[in-house]
Amino acid sequence: MSHVPKFTKIQELIYELPIERVMKKGVIRVSPETSMTELKEVLRVNRISGVPVLDGDQLVGVISIEDLIKALVEGDVGAPVRKRMTTRMITVRENESVVEAVKKFAQHKVGRLLVVNEQGQLTGILTGGDITRGLLEAISLDYHAEEISRYRAKHIFEDIVSDQTSLILRYKVKAKDFKGGGTASSKIKRALDRLGAVPEVIRRVAISVYEAEMNLIIHADQGGELIAETQPEVIRILAIDQGPGIPDVDQAMSPGFSTAPNWIRELGFGAGMGLMNIKKCADSMKLESTVGVGTRLEIVIYLRPESREEQNHDKEKNSGTS
Amino acid sequence: MTSLKEIIETLTLETVSSVSTEGRSVVGGYAADLLSCAMKGAKKDYVWVTLQSHLNVVAVASLLNLAGVIITEGNRPDPETVARAEKEGVVLLVTPKTTFTVVGELTLLGVRGES
Repeated sequence: MSHVPKFTKIQELIYELPIERVMKKGVIRVSPETSMTELKEVLRVNRISGVPVLDGDQLVGVISIEDLIKALVEGDVGAPVRKRMTTRMITVRENESVVEAVKKFAQHKVGRLLVVNEQGQLTGILTGGDITRGLLEAISLDYHAEEISRYRAKHIFEDIVSDQTSLILRYKVKAKDFKGGGTASSKIKRALDRLGAVPEVIRRVAISVYEAEMNLIIHADQGGELIAETQPEVIRILAIDQGPGIPDVDQAMSPGFSTAPNWIRELGFGAGMGLMNIKKCADSMKLESTVGVGTRLEIVIYLRPESREEQNHDKEKNSGTS
Repeated sequence: MTSLKEIIETLTLETVSSVSTEGRSVVGGYAADLLSCAMKGAKKDYVWVTLQSHLNVVAVASLLNLAGVIITEGNRPDPETVARAEKEGVVLLVTPKTTFTVVGELTLLGVRGES
């Protein structure tokens, strides 16, 4: 399925990219009174196969190399362009998306489209090649920006050498700041994405951090802190606050139990599922709390399936020998 | 797989965030108004049907990479929520229909939940 997002990106671009971003500007033009002989020179010098015909600012027709050949065959090269041009003009608006141009190319079987502004004045010309080039450029711009960030992030652990390197991200979470809810988790999600973590792991981290973040927002008197420590194999998330503390940790862990007040439940929080969700997503979690002092939640998630298995294997080995 | 576009058209949903719906496929659906339940039950490229219309809906949808959120019973997200949705690329859709009706119509379109 890995090809799907890129395909979608191209589709999106076709609909998003305006024609003016890909069209050729500074269009070469001829007047209706230009002779066919002069036209031949214009086409030859500029290595083009057709030009729009303008009477002052007014677009009046198009003339192509085909029209020139016909004129040559008929011995009519002295004629003005006006006499031999096509007045059937296929135009597109510059602010329309590229997909409109694609449709017109298919519909009219023409090689070029005339691009006009809202006033109907010619502002550019568009060929199939322009579209292809424009799309490729747009994709590579988008791709490069994210790719560079990814590359840098991915190699951070290789570039910076120590016996044990970790990347620590700290976020302050404000009490009752529902509007800010999810900010820290989406930043951590993005960081892991750039570090090259696998999507399944990112999902588990995102869910656990979101639940921990919301717990701080809903319950902690003065908010708290989220600390995500990433190492090449593992991410360790700490959610720490200074109270009120949980009287009964086991009860807090049981599904459906919640101390959230009604107004918070009405917002859709306080389902009593948060800690359960964390437990399901985490490879290990530890919840410690003292009433009046504070709560400390530690979540560990292995970034590579191999290291998770190794860890489990070690655990089994240890329990076997003890 | 059903396209999000087809869902929007068939269910006559109103798009409130100007985020492109082109090329988005919906692989499943989930309905609940409790955010933690949605966190657990909704998956990537799912459509989530809910009454909730506040800012955290966007956070959940973005963290889970949902295909879209259908907000039911005429509830409307405020401008701040819409702005955040646009920033995060979250498609927010609204409808006067109830959650029950929407889920029924989604099922007819072949959108299934986790069994």
